[in-house]
Amino acid sequence: MATITPVLTAYWDEPDAFTYAGYTRHNGYQASRKALTTMQPEDVIQTVKDSGLRGRGGAGFPTGMKWGFIPQGDNKPHYFVVNADESEPGTCKDIPLMMANPHVLVEGVIIGAYAIRSNHAFIYIRGEVPHVLRRVQAAVAEAYANGELGKNIHGSGYDLELTVHAGAGAYICGEETALLDSLEGYRGQPRLRPPFPAVAGLYACPTVVNNVESVASVPSIIANGIEWFGKFGTEKSKGFTLYSLSGHVKNPGQIEAPLGITLRELLDLAGGMREGSTLKFWTPGGSSTPILTADHLDVPLDYESVAEAGSMLGTKALQIFDQTTSVVRCVLRWTEFYKHESCGKCTPCREGTWWLQQIMERIEQGKGTEEDIEKLLDLCDNIMGRSFCALGDGATSPITSAIEYFRDEFIAGTHTPAWELFPYEASALFAGANA
Amino acid sequence: MALTEKTRAEMREIMARYPQARSGLLPMLHLVQSEEGYVTPEGIEMCAAELGITAAEVTGVVTFYTMYKRRAMGKHHVGVCTNSLCAIMGGDAIFAQLKDHLGVGNDQTTPDGQITLEHIECQAACDFAPVLTIDWEFFDNQTPGSAIDLMNDLIANREVKSTRGPVITSWRDNERLFAGFADGKVNEGPAAGEASLLGLKLAKERGDSIPANPGADA
Repeated sequence: MATITPVLTAYWDEPDAFTYAGYTRHNGYQASRKALTTMQPEDVIQTVKDSGLRGRGGAGFPTGMKWGFIPQGDNKPHYFVVNADESEPGTCKDIPLMMANPHVLVEGVIIGAYAIRSNHAFIYIRGEVPHVLRRVQAAVAEAYANGELGKNIHGSGYDLELTVHAGAGAYICGEETALLDSLEGYRGQPRLRPPFPAVAGLYACPTVVNNVESVASVPSIIANGIEWFGKFGTEKSKGFTLYSLSGHVKNPGQIEAPLGITLRELLDLAGGMREGSTLKFWTPGGSSTPILTADHLDVPLDYESVAEAGSMLGTKALQIFDQTTSVVRCVLRWTEFYKHESCGKCTPCREGTWWLQQIMERIEQGKGTEEDIEKLLDLCDNIMGRSFCALGDGATSPITSAIEYFRDEFIAGTHTPAWELFPYEASALFAGANA
Repeated sequence: MALTEKTRAEMREIMARYPQARSGLLPMLHLVQSEEGYVTPEGIEMCAAELGITAAEVTGVVTFYTMYKRRAMGKHHVGVCTNSLCAIMGGDAIFAQLKDHLGVGNDQTTPDGQITLEHIECQAACDFAPVLTIDWEFFDNQTPGSAIDLMNDLIANREVKSTRGPVITSWRDNERLFAGFADGKVNEGPAAGEASLLGLKLAKERGDSIPANPGADA
């Protein structure tokens, strides 16, 4: 039977989990004290490298290696930035994490910033989540008040300022260079790379940008060591992570488990599919990761295995859809999202998503033409790998994967509306939902 | 409404949080919205003057971000998630019924000025689908009936409380929070919603040993 490993989530059920008192009751801020007072910055980087921790924001890049890219002795300010712009459709892990346990993020920031010799860190939170913002703002204020942040932290001689920053509603700001432009007060558009943020990031200075969950995973590694961390997960995908189940499952929610658990095991834990329903398709890690089907129930959900299955682990946002769901409707709505969120900087994405949406719309309406499927694939081919950033690539994933597995539904879209093939009311959680 | 010297002072307070003042522009625009009810030409001018950039440069930023509004908003902003997952789970039906009930289209305000309705993108609450937001606070696991009840309560100025957050006051109040000014409501609402606790509860029921971690009692 699959194990559940609540580490980040261990105390979310305590009413004051989000307070300094609640966090320190369970030895919170011991790891940052240990790092600042007993370890050299390079030792911290080496520990995180050796732990095998990989980025939890989607790409899976080794966190310690990212930190190691920061040049040292360059006499420039260094910046540590947390990407808390969680907006990838289906992804819903960082928001509850920051709401229930913002201090573990703050502690991770302290350790990470110390490791890269940064004296000013930022948490960039998407704007639309006021209560999360409150919790993080308050955690930072409490950390200052208790000497965890500020000047000469616990007599270590290390100073750190931490600024909480709210965005204003733009998915693209989750792309790390767009985030930096946005944090500098500009339109959030991605930057040409190289130079990478490690060389020229915020204010053209060396900068690390890490996902919330990646940063929050660091205190436990520092406190318990790399052997402990390596007990969870697989050879190449070490540790535990948050899997977010949503959609047509009996009990949607967050399950923190070792990397490599399968959807079959997670579905069992979530009580299975909703009454009388069978799995049709799912995303392993948000809408930008190619969809998978019931054939992939036993794929270990780690970085390598999901890639081998033709998708990406992404954010581990498992959106589960049953047999009532029109894949065309679902993909159209994602396509509308990418069109809306395309920043407009590069032509393939700006124009391509616009055309994709029109074609997907007429297929939903049963007014597609015989050429439309090939046209979609051709457009995707011209966007994928030719866009400025991964948003364009992401826009093509749901379309190409849906055509791969459900081509018949796209063909049916040349003569029958999706809502006749799959009455929309049947997919909803309540009766009378024929929108 | 006119912006005051207090607003200007608060803008400078925002700018001082950053190594470079222009980083303050996004929160400054949130502050303008909290004072003015939307991003007014006057607000744009004040941001530009404080940052030493042109009004056109400020406007270029305003038009990029969905949360900045260019015309007067209702007292409350109501957002219905119609991204794929919420839409399929019932968000489309909720949005359709709210349009009908309120007599407005997308991004329009009711004649009494109480509610601006908008369909919104993924709010990172998919395990609570279908989701709507009031002044961006979470309202989880909605149905058309529950959503209409909420609208009626807002219109009648009855107390409305977020499922995972505070009692609702106004869209403008929260815009002030986005500008970085705490509002003292941090302790309202639970630490975590039910869905967020799924794995933890299962682990406890099954007696899975919770691994030692920095939070663990040694």
